[in-house]
Amino acid sequence: MENFTPLSATIGGVLIGLATTLLWVVNGRTAGISNIAGGVYPLRAGDTLWRVVFLIGLPIGALVGFNLGPSILPEIPRTLPEIVMTPVALVASGLLVGIGTRVGRGCTSGHGICGLSRLSPRSFVAVGTFMATAMVTVFVVRHVVG
Amino acid sequence: MNRSLLSLAAALVSGVVFGIGLALARMTDPQKIKDFLDVAAIPSGGWDPSLAFVMGGGVLVGLAGLRLDRWLRAPLAAPKFISTNHARIDRPLVVGAAIFGLGWGLSGFCPGPAVADLGLVPGDVFLFVLAMLVGSWGAGQVAEWSRIQEAANVTAM
Repeated sequence: MENFTPLSATIGGVLIGLATTLLWVVNGRTAGISNIAGGVYPLRAGDTLWRVVFLIGLPIGALVGFNLGPSILPEIPRTLPEIVMTPVALVASGLLVGIGTRVGRGCTSGHGICGLSRLSPRSFVAVGTFMATAMVTVFVVRHVVG
Repeated sequence: MNRSLLSLAAALVSGVVFGIGLALARMTDPQKIKDFLDVAAIPSGGWDPSLAFVMGGGVLVGLAGLRLDRWLRAPLAAPKFISTNHARIDRPLVVGAAIFGLGWGLSGFCPGPAVADLGLVPGDVFLFVLAMLVGSWGAGQVAEWSRIQEAANVTAM
């Protein structure tokens, strides 16, 4: 388990939990990214701008975390993540993620962090299901086809 | 500060902190996500359980944080708490989650990290995000359309 980074993972998770708490306490909204992004269009007065502002915050935060992380914790790599996928595969994956999160009403943040925090039985079922199909997919791609 | 400005500021700070968390945990790296999902690597010792610790840390805070509404009459800058809790475990939940998992496993991208990687990671992440928005919109349109059909059928009978 040479790539296992429990400390930075837990700290990152705690920050995500704090971000989720802030959005809930101040705005009364759930920080499910698929819902926030999927609700941007069609535009609705009073319900679009906060979504856009939150989504703009994500890459800003990622940039800050990427630059500050390695000096706080040596286990965080200084290298940028690499995307090694063909455009066709990225589009196919994006379509599946978009359709699936809309039909199943949530993703890793909405069901995974918020739903599990609320001990929602629906979210436990959703997380178990998407973890299972994602693990099978990676198994097939890495060990059967690859 | 008026309420709408406060709510926008909170949304921005929440997004930024969320993004910092994703980057520190390296959830911005689809390879690391796949290393978690690759359970076949457990026997050889190549498995990376980090993602479970991210969820654990998030849920630990959320268990307390998402219960703070009990002490508040309303959110600090909004008229009411909008809960996304639905009661029933139905077929769309399971089918949708299964489709999402398939897409997630293919690329190692889920919505949060993909948006966070925009502008940070060189490459075609924007293609994933665009396709995701189109997929979500399209599925929403189909759901809307079948609701209208159903309503029309009920009226016809």
